[in-house]
Amino acid sequence: MSEHARPLRERLAERGIDRVLWLVLPAAALLGMLFVYPFVYGLGLSVQPNEGAPVIGNYVRFFSDDFERSTIWKTLVLAIPAAVVNVGISIPIAYKMRGPVRNKRLITTLLVMPATLGTVLVAEGLIRYFGPIGWFNQFLMAIGLIDGPLRLTHNYVGVMASLIITGFPLSLLLVLGHASGIDPDLERAAATLGAGPSERFRRVVLPLMLPGITIAFILAFVAAFSVFPSAVMVGNPAGETRVISIAAYQAAFERFDYPMASAIAMIMAAVQFAIVAFVFLLRGRLYRGSTSGGKG
Amino acid sequence: MTEVSASSRPTRRPLRLSFLSLLLVGVLGIFFLNLAALILGVVLNSFATSWFGTLLPNGLTTRWYAYAADLFQLLEVLRVTFIVGAAVVVLSLLIGAPAAYALARRQFPGKRPLMLLFLLPLLVAPVTYGIPLATALYQFNLAGSLAGVILANLVPSIPFVILLLTPFIEQIDENLERAARMCGASTGRVFVKVLIPLMAPGLLAAGLLVLIRVLAMFELTFLTAGPGEQTLVVALYYTVFAAGIRPSQAIDAMAVIYMLTAFVPLLIALRFVNPTQIVARIKQENVQ
Repeated sequence: MSEHARPLRERLAERGIDRVLWLVLPAAALLGMLFVYPFVYGLGLSVQPNEGAPVIGNYVRFFSDDFERSTIWKTLVLAIPAAVVNVGISIPIAYKMRGPVRNKRLITTLLVMPATLGTVLVAEGLIRYFGPIGWFNQFLMAIGLIDGPLRLTHNYVGVMASLIITGFPLSLLLVLGHASGIDPDLERAAATLGAGPSERFRRVVLPLMLPGITIAFILAFVAAFSVFPSAVMVGNPAGETRVISIAAYQAAFERFDYPMASAIAMIMAAVQFAIVAFVFLLRGRLYRGSTSGGKG
Repeated sequence: MTEVSASSRPTRRPLRLSFLSLLLVGVLGIFFLNLAALILGVVLNSFATSWFGTLLPNGLTTRWYAYAADLFQLLEVLRVTFIVGAAVVVLSLLIGAPAAYALARRQFPGKRPLMLLFLLPLLVAPVTYGIPLATALYQFNLAGSLAGVILANLVPSIPFVILLLTPFIEQIDENLERAARMCGASTGRVFVKVLIPLMAPGLLAAGLLVLIRVLAMFELTFLTAGPGEQTLVVALYYTVFAAGIRPSQAIDAMAVIYMLTAFVPLLIALRFVNPTQIVARIKQENVQ
C-alpha cells in the first residue's frame, strides 16, 4: 500500500495523534491563557514606560535606583541560604531514613503538616513565639543563656526562621521520597567490592540522590524566592527584608504603575531562571551518567 | 527511631553511625518541639483572657472566637473560602484528569514542550506570574471577582493534578480499557464504568491535595481578590497586618480556625496517600 493511499487519520494515529489528544486541549488552552498570555502581556507592558522614555526605561529605572536594585540582593541573601540549609539538613536525614524505618509514616506525616500551615500562619506564630516576651526568649533567659531578650522578629532572623519552618519539611520529603527509591542492592554491591561506609556514601548513594537533591533545592529556592507574607509580617519590609516581591507589589498596588510592576516581575523571573539554570549546570558538571537503578 | 531493620543493611552497626542517628533525631526533635510550641502558643493565646510576659495566660475563655467571628465577618470569609476551594478542586480535576490521561497513554510530537508548559507554573514562584496575571485580569475586569480568584488559583492547580495523575494512570492496565471496548462499550462508557472507578483513589487524593494548596495559597488570592473575595488565609494576613488596634487573641482565634480548615482535608488525604509519595511522584516527573 502506498503512503498516500491511506487516510490521513490513520497516518496521524501511527505517530500518536488521534482523538485522545483533544483531552489535553482544555488544560493547554487554559494555561496558555492564564500563564503564557499574562507573561507575554507583562513583558509587553514592561517595555511601555509612561513618558517618552526609552523602551527599556522601566528596567533602567529599576537598576539605577539603589533602593529598588538592592531588593534582588536582599531576596537572594534570604532565598539561597534558606534553600541550602533546608536541603543540607535533609540529605543526612534522608540518607538515614531511606530504608525501612520504624514510624516512618508518622514522621513523614508530621513533616507534611507545617507545609500545609502556610507562611501566613507560621509568621503569626513566630511573632508570638520568637517575640521579646515569647516562650523562646523566656526559655533562654530561664536557663541563663542570655540576660535580655534576643531580637528575633521583624528582622532577617524572623524571615529566615519562617522560611526554614515552611521549607524544610518539603525539602526533606522530596529528598527522602527520591532516596527511598534507590535500589539498596547497588550499595550492597559496592560493599561487596570493598567500599567502606563513607566511600559508599560519597561514590554510590550521593550521586544517586543527586537528582532528588537538585529538584528539592530548586523548589526550595523558588518557594523562598517568592517570600512575601513572612517578609512583611516577621520581617522588616521597609529595610533589610524588603524583598523583590514587595517592590513589585508596591509598584502594582500602591503606585498603580503596572508597567514598572511587570518589569519587576520579569526581572524576578529572569533571576529565578538564572539560578535554576545554574543549578542544573552545576549538577551536570558534578555528575554525568545514568541515575537509573534509582527510581524505576 | 532511626534504627534500620536487619534486612536492609546486614553488615553495618558501628558506633559512629548511631552517633549520627542520635544527632539527626536531635535535629528533628528540636525542629518539631519548636514547631509544636509555636502552634501551641497561637492556640493557647486564642483562649487567653490576657497573656503578657508570663509563662502561661492568666485565664482561659472562649469569647474571642465569637468576637473574631463578628469582627472579621468570619462566616462570609469561610463561605468565600469554601466556594473558591470547591470550584478550584472540581475545575482542576475536570480539566487536569483528561489531560493526564492523554499524556499517560500517548506519545506524540510536541509532548515535551507541552510537559514543560505544565511544569513551569510549578517551577516559578506564584508572585512572579501572579502580578502580570492580576494585571491581565484587571484588563478583562475579572480581578476583584470570585471568577478571577478561581481562575488565578487554577494556574498552579491544574499542573499539580496533571503531575499527580499521569503516573497514576500509567499504572492502570490499558488492557482493561481494550477489554471493555471489545465487549462493546462506547468511549463514554469506558470512562464512566472502567476508568473513573479505577482512578477514584487518585482523583480523591489529587482533589484533597489541591484543596490544601488552595487553602494555603496566599499570593495568588491576595493579588487577585478584592475586599469581597478574601479567602481565610488572605483575611488572616490583613488582620495581622493591621494588628495593634485589634486584640491579639482574636487574631489567633482566626488563625486557629484557619488551621482547622487546613488540617481536616489533610487528615482525610493522609488516609489515602503516603506522604512521601505526594512529592516523590511530582519530583519524578520534574526530573524528566
